[in-house]
Amino acid sequence: MLKDSNSDIFTIGVGGAAGDGVKRTGIKIGSLLRDLGFQVYISLDYPSLIRGGHNFVRLSFSKEKVWNDYSDLDILVALNEETTELHKNELKTDAKTISGLPLPEILENIKNILKEKEIEGGEPSGELIDGNKAFGKGLLAAGLDFYVAYPMTPSTSTLHYLAGEQKPGGLKVVQPENEISVINMALGMAYAGKRTAIGTAGGGFALMQEAFSLSGMAELPLVVMVSQRQAPASGVPTYSSQSDLRFVIHAGHGEFPRIVIAPGDSEESFQAGIDALNLAWKFQVPVVVLLDKILSEHMMTVPIDMNLGHKESGKMANNVNADYGRYEFTEDGISPMAFPGIPNAVVKVNSYEHNEKGITVDKAEDIKKMIDKRFTKMKGIGEDMHNIETIKVYGDKESKNSIIFFGSTKSPVLEASKHLNKDTKLIQIIWLEPFDTEKVKRELEGAEKIICVEANHNGQLASLIHERTGIEITEKILRYDALPFDPIKLAEEINSKL
Amino acid sequence: MELDLSTKTKITWCPGCPNSQILVSFRKAVKELVENGSLKIENVTAFAGIGCHGKISDYINVNSFTSLHGRLIPSMTGTKCANPELTVIGFSGDGDSFDEGIEHLIHAAKRNSDINLFVHDNQTFALTTGQFDAMSPKGFKGKSTPSGSIEEPFNSLLLMLSAGATFIARTYAGDIEGTKKIMQKAIAHKGFSFVDIIQPCLTFFDTRDHFKERIYWMDDDFPKDDLKIAMEKVSEKEDKVPLGVFFEVNKPTFEEELYATR
Repeated sequence: MLKDSNSDIFTIGVGGAAGDGVKRTGIKIGSLLRDLGFQVYISLDYPSLIRGGHNFVRLSFSKEKVWNDYSDLDILVALNEETTELHKNELKTDAKTISGLPLPEILENIKNILKEKEIEGGEPSGELIDGNKAFGKGLLAAGLDFYVAYPMTPSTSTLHYLAGEQKPGGLKVVQPENEISVINMALGMAYAGKRTAIGTAGGGFALMQEAFSLSGMAELPLVVMVSQRQAPASGVPTYSSQSDLRFVIHAGHGEFPRIVIAPGDSEESFQAGIDALNLAWKFQVPVVVLLDKILSEHMMTVPIDMNLGHKESGKMANNVNADYGRYEFTEDGISPMAFPGIPNAVVKVNSYEHNEKGITVDKAEDIKKMIDKRFTKMKGIGEDMHNIETIKVYGDKESKNSIIFFGSTKSPVLEASKHLNKDTKLIQIIWLEPFDTEKVKRELEGAEKIICVEANHNGQLASLIHERTGIEITEKILRYDALPFDPIKLAEEINSKL
Repeated sequence: MELDLSTKTKITWCPGCPNSQILVSFRKAVKELVENGSLKIENVTAFAGIGCHGKISDYINVNSFTSLHGRLIPSMTGTKCANPELTVIGFSGDGDSFDEGIEHLIHAAKRNSDINLFVHDNQTFALTTGQFDAMSPKGFKGKSTPSGSIEEPFNSLLLMLSAGATFIARTYAGDIEGTKKIMQKAIAHKGFSFVDIIQPCLTFFDTRDHFKERIYWMDDDFPKDDLKIAMEKVSEKEDKVPLGVFFEVNKPTFEEELYATR
């Protein structure tokens, strides 16, 4: 069996009852470690209740980048008695336990233990941040005007974060009566020219389907964050899953262009916030950012540079006159936008199929023309994809062994790769729709062994790759018990297949 | 230049449909307000749901957003939040707002969003060729209820009063001048304005004779700022159908609060 006592990676566990401040304590320890110059990864494990139950936070840290937390503990911080009992088998031989102490003393103890063991950090760098907050920051860096959401785990912390970022003359946050209202309200805001994003989980997005389709039909720019949790139905609210891949790429009735971006860590989540808002406005399409509970809530030290933000306003109509048509035919399929309130402009958007002016039509010729017009935008999106990291490749880029994955599975895969017996190429799919067939094919060509790692029952990514590239992936590592992959166990499983 | 609010689109309502009278009332109402300087035409933003009423957005040469069935209200609030300068007017049907989208209707009234909702109330689903809806009287014989519907309808005005709407009125589509005036009063009101427009459906539920005998305009001195009196008035069991403004009070609007608190 592999040992995770990688000499330079250390792990602290913090346990207690819900309401004991487990998360707060964990984050305080994380901030301390970050300030001491460590790279930190924090995982959270809690049931869906407010008081009682067992909550557990785990922090792995090192001078070098840590992609995932480990299960064997160097230090256990017990906020109640049960914790020592529950986690006794996870302690390394020389592990220390801190129990019954208030927070300042816990932090002091940890500092002393690090000193004793001569564990030193480097230059402090990066922000300790989870994917939901990073996504919200990305939206802000791209000029977000409105965020609209109905609370649903695990998407809610973006709502909380952005609610606190409201400013006079700046961002506004609205919490309407349900998810159907959320998305229709957001479309009303986009119609009036405001950059708007919404956030929910799989179940909430299911309620939004009809209006998601309206966003495609009416070409109203919209960003939708969907954070997956264990499903179907109410599933297991506070545990993770990657089972909504197929759902989001096919979301909404009818055919219309959309973009689906699946970041793999907090840094990419920040970037996805920026890209999604700009792409939505550039191409006047709905853009989904697909997260999951792990990515939404686990924290990582990553560089967050608000200066990377920029605002692409999209194609605006100049000198609007009575001839203005919101859906004017253009070479690139993108019609210049005007908004209500502009003198001389009559801006008509329509959920029915429509002509250039936005008036309802039902003639075959008009219908086809407008569908073609919307899909003409795919060409421009395709061109942009050449310059965007739609996939990322890590590890040994010449290797004939490939491991392929998406979303938060990046974390355990990259961490597991530190423990693999053979050189491997690691391929992360970031853009799920449109799928970058060309780049994925190029990376997989000549591969002798391809292993797909994902957190669902059906191997949705593997099937998507097969569908879009013709390459069949037979080796799959699927986890659908709602728990995160453990990097050591994952490495063992990959090694057995290599 | 003369303000022309018509479009070239062919009107496809049934011949004689009172929807055309609502259309005329609206054009007149807006034209007068624009001409007397109280409204900028570029700020008029109309919304429509899905149903016979929804065709209206193709027939008016103003900004418009044809929404989904029952979903115009949150989009209206979204637009008003995004640009409070706009005058947001929604055309909806009784099926649209009292069946499919009733949660939005109640919440818009609750939050006093500064939008105007005109419900073309024909007491049936007409575009889907005649089924009972939330406003059909009990016993309504439609294609889905051949032996008569078994549900009581809502009292729409009472529902809106209890939900918190700050302007509540009823008019009759056949009275073009009366409807025009009510529309203008609703537009002038700051806050959520609800207007029930009785609109007989000539094809599936022709109630013209029924209403012609029963409608009457309330006196102008009817007290409009008393919730209890308004609730009593809209709950009257008499066989008469009062028209006019039942309730009008001023309260901070959702959009004012949104911009004031932060």
